[in-house]
Amino acid sequence: MPDSLTLNKITAQKGMSISDATRRVADLGWTPSYVQEAMTFPTDYKIKKTPRDPMKQVLRSYFPMQEEKDNRVYGALDAALRGDMFRNVQPRWVEWMKLFLAIIPFPEISAARSMAMVGRLAPGEELRTGFAMQMVDEFRHSTIQMNLKKWYMENYIDPAGFDITEAAFGKCYASTIGRQFAEGFVTGDAITSANIYLTVVAETAFTNTLFVAMPSEAARNGDYALPTVFLSVQSDESRHIGNGHSLLMSLINDPDNHLLLERDIKYAFWQNHAIVDAAIGTFVEYGTTDRNKNKESYAELWHRWIYEDYYRTYMLPLEKYGIKIHHDDVAAAWDRIVKKNYVHKTAQFFSVGWSVNFWRIEAQTERDFEWFEHKYPGWYAEFGNYWKWYEKLSHKGETQVLFNADVGYVYPHRCWSCMVPCLIREDFTYDEVDGQTYTYCSETCRWTHKVAFAAEYEGRPTPAMGRFSGRREWETCYDGWDIADAITDLGFVRNDGKTLVPQPHLHFDDSKMWTLDDVRGHQLGSPLLNFRSLSAEGKAAAAAEYRKGFVINPLN
Amino acid sequence: MSVTETPSPQKSGAAGSATFAGSDSRKYNYFEPKGRKASHYEDMTVDVQPDPERYLLQDWIISFADGTPTYDKTWTALKSSNWHQFRAVDQEWERTHYQRQSTIVGMISNLIENGRRSGAPKRFDRAWVKVLSDHLGAYKHAEFGLGTATMQAQRYGYTQMINNAILTNSSYKLRFSQDLTLYLGELALDIEGIDLDAGKQHWLEDPIWQGTRHATEAVMGATDYLEQYFATNIVFEPLVGELFRSGFVMQMAAAQNDFMTPAVVAAAEGDYERNLANAVELFHILVLDPDHGDSNRAILVQWMHKHGSLALDAAHHLQPIWSQPRVKVAQFADALDLAKNRVRAIAAEIGFDVRATLDQ
Repeated sequence: MPDSLTLNKITAQKGMSISDATRRVADLGWTPSYVQEAMTFPTDYKIKKTPRDPMKQVLRSYFPMQEEKDNRVYGALDAALRGDMFRNVQPRWVEWMKLFLAIIPFPEISAARSMAMVGRLAPGEELRTGFAMQMVDEFRHSTIQMNLKKWYMENYIDPAGFDITEAAFGKCYASTIGRQFAEGFVTGDAITSANIYLTVVAETAFTNTLFVAMPSEAARNGDYALPTVFLSVQSDESRHIGNGHSLLMSLINDPDNHLLLERDIKYAFWQNHAIVDAAIGTFVEYGTTDRNKNKESYAELWHRWIYEDYYRTYMLPLEKYGIKIHHDDVAAAWDRIVKKNYVHKTAQFFSVGWSVNFWRIEAQTERDFEWFEHKYPGWYAEFGNYWKWYEKLSHKGETQVLFNADVGYVYPHRCWSCMVPCLIREDFTYDEVDGQTYTYCSETCRWTHKVAFAAEYEGRPTPAMGRFSGRREWETCYDGWDIADAITDLGFVRNDGKTLVPQPHLHFDDSKMWTLDDVRGHQLGSPLLNFRSLSAEGKAAAAAEYRKGFVINPLN
Repeated sequence: MSVTETPSPQKSGAAGSATFAGSDSRKYNYFEPKGRKASHYEDMTVDVQPDPERYLLQDWIISFADGTPTYDKTWTALKSSNWHQFRAVDQEWERTHYQRQSTIVGMISNLIENGRRSGAPKRFDRAWVKVLSDHLGAYKHAEFGLGTATMQAQRYGYTQMINNAILTNSSYKLRFSQDLTLYLGELALDIEGIDLDAGKQHWLEDPIWQGTRHATEAVMGATDYLEQYFATNIVFEPLVGELFRSGFVMQMAAAQNDFMTPAVVAAAEGDYERNLANAVELFHILVLDPDHGDSNRAILVQWMHKHGSLALDAAHHLQPIWSQPRVKVAQFADALDLAKNRVRAIAAEIGFDVRATLDQ
């Protein structure tokens, strides 16, 4: 057989070109004339220009490609078990996955639902194929993540917390922050939610920290299942980024849309920062045991992925279309991470509230202290004493840190907008909306609630814009409850009926594990309800006091 | 800095390396499985979309401007005393969905490749080639319309189980519409004179297809997501979709020297069996609902009448197509009788009466 002869050369026959195939597929749609499609999810935007599909892929090639990706993922999971991955995995890391994987499948499937909203809005059919693939992608992500979680539950030393995962998701104060993310994808103005908040900001910018930076940290902690699953997930994101950018380009073409685009990019960037950086920053910095000083800190990762990659190469070029980009918000988010210790304060808060979590948090140790001080100079002065207290109070018989007056921690207000507590005390603010007082972590979050999520924006009616609703301050739900009763109501009790799911340590030993009796006798309270009960002068004084912050007492 | 480090308390993070409270709790325990044990599909699906009846302590936290929450029961006229009861009969989650879809596109690709290599398209009867380009070409738009209607509908369901079943339905319909598009495009590479624009022209203008287009647009334009799901699977598919696919294309093709097209179209019949099973299960539950069964049944009868009338009209308009192949091996009347019987059987399975529509 001649060297140049291959099976492909023998069997090859002329097929349709990719461009012809996508052109034909895009021609499947038509403008209905017998019955009009109802615009059930409204938008205040105008979409006149037909968006183009940059990916030019058809389902015939999509499904086998995705199946192949799946085969690699599931093969890797099998290999991880054969290689006894869990023998070497760091429990400090896997514990945080109880929170992360409780949250993420709902935002993923919400993204699938949101494709219904943009799919009908965008004129022309070309991008509809892209949206259809994204819909199936998101179905993939949601269920592949549920599968990963089940796999952890079956194979990790402590399954408690994984076993109650979706129930915990609905009840935990921390997962509700993630739900703000998910509901934001599918509720309110269809373009604001499904295009700007989801694809233009969350997927284009923050999936890089979620699905690339965080899995790298997993690998450093002996967990190579999470990178396998999430890098496979991330490989779908380029299609979603393309969908989002294409629709954005058709919106930006009309100057009438510019005011709303500026509003939504501002809201979406800030809220993505507030939510994703709080959570992923904590997982990456506090869930790891790897204290190699040569690796990037979360702040460095943020600078690479969000500042350099997203802000400079995606957001800034939008200015040439006449859009005002809020550079000050990007700078403020950066300052919150590097100067105001946003991530460290979030991790501190999570650990203060360990007994109402559904995962374990162990104390940071001397090795951790050195790394933090190296990466974030001044860290030890602000947080060193706190983590020493945390370690001391992690033992049964101590008064838990949340209620221990010796520590000096002051329980924070919760932000009505991003739902993360108001941890940067000096930035705390409050305002009235429709006659009711609300508290916020920052001026931009106040603006988001009061100005952006309203019926009018800078004199322009915005009837499609959503509203914040529900019992957004978690503490309100348990105001006046004994904490043991609240934990029971939350369902965060193990199957012996008394031992807590959360623990402030990684001891897998009944004699060291806290029970309901160990925490009973302390009452939860709502900072917001207390704040609302004050007079105007009282509120101003309380706010001024709050902005002064607190000092953790030295541990002798 | 003072040393506070404590030695790592545990050497292995593997299951079974220590025994303590909860160390044996290795199953999702927050939902009631349909069977004795939870299926993998249930573990992947149940309660991922939460609601205030299922653990949502703080309620929905964003609403539409009129106060409608993120998910709302009023998005369908049907009512249920337990929206969480439904499980998809086909038990699809991502892995099984991609495996099945990938197998189908592989089968179709191989079929077309081998058929073309053997010169099969050139042996198709000339009259049949025109039928394929005009009418199979038109029909692909109906499949696309139902795919976009179900893509829309999957946003509204009150549970993850309902929405995911509708989502996979959409995925199957959109894939099949593309299967037909690409199949015709590849035939055109081998058969001179085949007009790839003819299908859309017939879809938009040919009186034969206007009933089908009207019925499809009625599904696309419905604002009740379960009406869309019902009209797709309980009405349009048996009365128009199967009528054309099985009752015409698959029966006629072999006699026109065409062994390829029935195999391509057969994939849609396989898809439909699964989508139908899911839809029958859901509507059966709703008709049997202890509190709302009677009102639900009445609504299904109304929907059947609305969409069934359009579908029957569409079917009758398609009748001339049966006369167009040179070799006539199937009769429209027989195919329509089969289609009506199919609807009667489906309705009996669900538990509602279709006489008012079918016997008109």
